[in-house]
Amino acid sequence: MPQPVLSLENLLFRWPDQVAACLDIERFEVAADEQVFIHGESGSGKSTLLNLIAGVLMPLQGNIVALGQPLTALSAAARDRFRVDHIGLIFQQFNLIPYLSVLDNVLLPCRFSRRRAERAGDIRQAAATLLRHLDLDENLWQRPATQLSVGQQQRVAAARALIGRPEIVIADEPTSALDAARQAAFLALLRRECAAANATLLFVSHDLRLAEGFVRRVEMGQINRMPL
Amino acid sequence: MSHLLPLALKSAWNRRYTLGLTLIAIALSVTLLLGIERVRQDARDSFAQAVSGTDLVVGARSSPLQLLLYAVFRIGEASNNMGWDSAQTLAAHPAVAWTIPLSLGDSHRGFPVLGTTPAYFEHFRYGDKQLLRLAQGKPFVGLFDVVLGAEVAASLGYKLGDRITLTHGMQESMAEHGDKPFSVVGILARTGTPVDRTLHIGLEAMEAIHLDWQGGAPIPGFAIPPELVKKFNLSPKSVTAVLIGLNTRAGVFAMQRYVAGYRAEPLMAVLPGVALSQLWELMAVAERALLAISALVVVVSFAGLVAVVLAGLGERRRELAILRANGARPRDLFALLAFEGGAVTLAGAAVGTLLLTALTALLGPWLQAQYGLGLKLAPPSWQELEMLGWVILAGTLASLLPGHRAYRLSLADGLTPRV
Repeated sequence: MPQPVLSLENLLFRWPDQVAACLDIERFEVAADEQVFIHGESGSGKSTLLNLIAGVLMPLQGNIVALGQPLTALSAAARDRFRVDHIGLIFQQFNLIPYLSVLDNVLLPCRFSRRRAERAGDIRQAAATLLRHLDLDENLWQRPATQLSVGQQQRVAAARALIGRPEIVIADEPTSALDAARQAAFLALLRRECAAANATLLFVSHDLRLAEGFVRRVEMGQINRMPL
Repeated sequence: MSHLLPLALKSAWNRRYTLGLTLIAIALSVTLLLGIERVRQDARDSFAQAVSGTDLVVGARSSPLQLLLYAVFRIGEASNNMGWDSAQTLAAHPAVAWTIPLSLGDSHRGFPVLGTTPAYFEHFRYGDKQLLRLAQGKPFVGLFDVVLGAEVAASLGYKLGDRITLTHGMQESMAEHGDKPFSVVGILARTGTPVDRTLHIGLEAMEAIHLDWQGGAPIPGFAIPPELVKKFNLSPKSVTAVLIGLNTRAGVFAMQRYVAGYRAEPLMAVLPGVALSQLWELMAVAERALLAISALVVVVSFAGLVAVVLAGLGERRRELAILRANGARPRDLFALLAFEGGAVTLAGAAVGTLLLTALTALLGPWLQAQYGLGLKLAPPSWQELEMLGWVILAGTLASLLPGHRAYRLSLADGLTPRV
């Protein structure tokens, strides 16, 4: 097996104000180019897991290794840097900065990360390509993000997660604000673009209907040994 | 940091109404603070401008400050008069270069009337040792000639040749010297000092209009028509004060001692600068209180700023989380918020300074006319710049509070704000 993109080992996490741990993961690995569907009900520790992988939270014990880099060995600022350099994130909704245009929202990671900007090449060109691929009409690009429909906003967020070809894309319930027909369309677009960019996709949802088409499905209950 | 600046500006523009109101509050408070400082400074300057080149002010012994305020600035209580023979003795003293006798007490439509001698036009200096200049006409020559200060002529609309009557005392309701009108023979150029608000007549004229008066009222049944007054002895019996110029300034303390030891009547000699600094000492408490109040107003405006930015922060937790997800470090968010407050403070200080300049330009002439207060339209002085520096520092420090809050929130929220 080639080196995994992401590897969690003997991971224990507890919120500072709680006695019991909420995450206890013995082993969880994701290979390069894999697209993983992580299923869990709300409160199953999904968001906590994502915050750990993104390097925002630190585990009580155990290792998180992303792209060969142990995150636990990095300083907080270095983890912030690592995140923007290597991970694209999409959330449930309100992904966009309201006072920036669509284009500026997409370019945001390139402003904070030189690596993303360099990998994107001509950043405006790269943003344009992604926006077109995600079916966002050119006349929307200069509009404030708030003028777009929820579905359009999620596609802009996907473009932002993909710009500069980060190795990992994490999508946390990105379709829950969309109606059923658009959910499928969005998911298809996201998976296609991740594949095109050779990005590993971690797709987190409570909705099992969306798992269709994912080769690998993971239950939070399977990897988290902590009873809920 | 360069990527944060456009972000901060766009974010601020997005909240331009609340931030704009805060900015106006800060600007107004800065205008107040600097305005008080400037009025204070310019009031001192215009006082100091009113008399220059005069070494001593001599008058009947009383409070030095009272004498100076009354004789030079026509403010406050009348002081006792001194004898004319004393004035003449002083004028003859070998150390004395010139004297200007001043006799006050009458008025015209609220403006003080000053009885003096032609020496006034030769020796009285103001501002940067400038002599008085006549804009029109000539100094008084005839007995019932009057020379007007610029403000008197301008506000009452007088021109050369007009005939006016004087009022006994300083209130308009008091008795008129109606039987002895004066004609305007000269109008002085504007000086920005109390001279502008003064009517100048000869000492003899002052004597003449009071010939048939006693105890502040006309003597009943006894009127001397103007044609006949020259038959009387019109040399004055007393004057309010005498301005003295010495041959050398070094002799000023010797002269002061000489006046203090003058036998014939109790006199005193006041150095104008010394009396003025007494005045500033008196005023200092009030000035400090005013400055303290305006500093408090500035603090209140900063409290408003912090409140507005903090209140906005609650709604911006999502925004902070998005920035965090896209590579912003908590300290970037700290900088973003602190920069916002600092920028609003800076802009507020700049707008406040501009506002003060505009107000000075607009209201300056009116203040000059109404209160004789000459506000200078000048770039900020060092003191004002120092004050602005403190204001900006305080505002920036206050902005660290929302910055700190943003830092804490972004650490606690991570990528998923719990709103």
